Amino acid sequence: MKTVDRQGLAAIVLMMPALVTLCVLFLYPLGYSLLWAFRNEEQDTWTLANFAKSFDFYSTDIIFTVLIVTVSTVLIGVCSILIAGYLALGENRVAVLILRWLYRWPLFIPFIVAGQLMRTFLAKNGMMNNILVSGGVIEPLQAVSFLDWRGIVVTFVWKQTPFVTLLLAGAIATLDRSTIEAARNLGARRFRVLLEIVVPQVSTTLMVGLILSYVLMMSVLSVPLMINAQSPTMITVDMAWRINSYGDYEVANALGFISYAMTAVVAWIYLRQGIRQDGSPT
Amino acid sequence: MSVSQVFGGVLRGLILGLIAFAIFGPIANMLLWTVAEVWYYPHKLPLEWGFSFWERVFRPQGNARLSLVNSIFIALLTVVVSLAIAIPAGLALGRGRLPFRSLFLLLFLLPQAFPSLAVHMNIARIFYSLGLNGTYAGVVLVHTIQGLVFSVWISTAAFAAVDRELEEAARNMGAGPFRVFQTVTLPLALPGILASAIFVFLISLDEFTGTYFVGVPDITTLPLLLFTASMEGNYQIASITALILLIPSIAFMLAVEKFLKAEVLAKVGT
Repeated sequence: MKTVDRQGLAAIVLMMPALVTLCVLFLYPLGYSLLWAFRNEEQDTWTLANFAKSFDFYSTDIIFTVLIVTVSTVLIGVCSILIAGYLALGENRVAVLILRWLYRWPLFIPFIVAGQLMRTFLAKNGMMNNILVSGGVIEPLQAVSFLDWRGIVVTFVWKQTPFVTLLLAGAIATLDRSTIEAARNLGARRFRVLLEIVVPQVSTTLMVGLILSYVLMMSVLSVPLMINAQSPTMITVDMAWRINSYGDYEVANALGFISYAMTAVVAWIYLRQGIRQDGSPT
Repeated sequence: MSVSQVFGGVLRGLILGLIAFAIFGPIANMLLWTVAEVWYYPHKLPLEWGFSFWERVFRPQGNARLSLVNSIFIALLTVVVSLAIAIPAGLALGRGRLPFRSLFLLLFLLPQAFPSLAVHMNIARIFYSLGLNGTYAGVVLVHTIQGLVFSVWISTAAFAAVDRELEEAARNMGAGPFRVFQTVTLPLALPGILASAIFVFLISLDEFTGTYFVGVPDITTLPLLLFTASMEGNYQIASITALILLIPSIAFMLAVEKFLKAEVLAKVGT
């Protein structure tokens, strides 16, 4: 018994540097950001005025942020299900191999680089419009810049789909193939097998991947700054603006609090669904 | 071959072609910009080609060269600090009999559960009062916290994947705990730890938000150089910087399976 206690103690000592780092560099500033959202520093009082000001100035941007991040998350989900599904159920070996090699490229490309790539690619004279014009899809005069909310969504989907696909493909690989084969033998179409047999079994992995992407997109500053910094834009841009231009940490933290709340809603939906799947009462 | 098979083949080729264009199109566009001297709307291709912007980026006294050196220096320091923190933690979480083990693991996931921007701007504010803003130490610390969950989780998985019987064998032959760690545990966990080191290096190299708040204006890294150049409309410099950042990320993507072995990957988060 005594040795176990000593080992436990040793383990806690080994954990200390990591724990201290986490507390000082994450929990402390997090607490700071939560409290200071309700702070009026000049009068040294607690207030809701920061939120009133945030909604007053930035309600369009708040809605815009929710829409962009939600649309992106849904598109990432759809794309990754289709790609991972084809990797698992595709019958043409060559096509599966090509796709497996192809889809991962943006996996570790940083957001800032993705932002720069799209800034040139989606611009009015970018390759996207050039190809569309050359292919006769649009007239040269119809060429428009996609550097608005669409550009942000495209960048997010481009960057995050490989990550969720990688997680999904890994989860699908561990599934028991026999039910899939059985359904196929009964004549079920591949798409139905994917949606009704494969996806339900990997839904936890899918949700984890999507939630991680959602939180990440909610905190990316570089992409909205580079693709579309004019109003309406994402609240990350507004937070940076409040601080860099006014030194206004109060409104910036209120906006930060709102971004936490948006994430909390998603986490809540996920947890509720998890409880439902367990069959426990909600 | 039936008509429907031919049709299916064509459709398959078309979709794969579209995906390839969606993935490589933006990269190709960036590559064009790196060698474009003059290029404006409505020309589809650069009017003049050349490497004069490369010369500007790599000029010995240039801004870009300083950013490159800064970025690598900061990333290496971040790896050292992260490993110094993550190896003991990984040992405790992967090997030791730590009470509330899963709670601790979850705790390190917490930074991924909150949008990090709001945390970063407050780190910057706290660092400002401590005089850490605009210093290498400040930037390294911000990068360390970003990589913490990956370094701790991957090294935990690496230590957990080490076969306990080998350690027992060494112990039975009379080796002390530290010697067992040095000669058996650490060498066996090394590939996983190396993977976490590379991961942290990349995170630090690519980090923008934290550096934007903590490093500016004294410390410029490659991502900040890219951002400034792009905002000034200097797409050549921005694209060359993007290419420099792209190479390690793609190399890592291609090599990740060699570093992160399946048995280590399977232990991540368990």
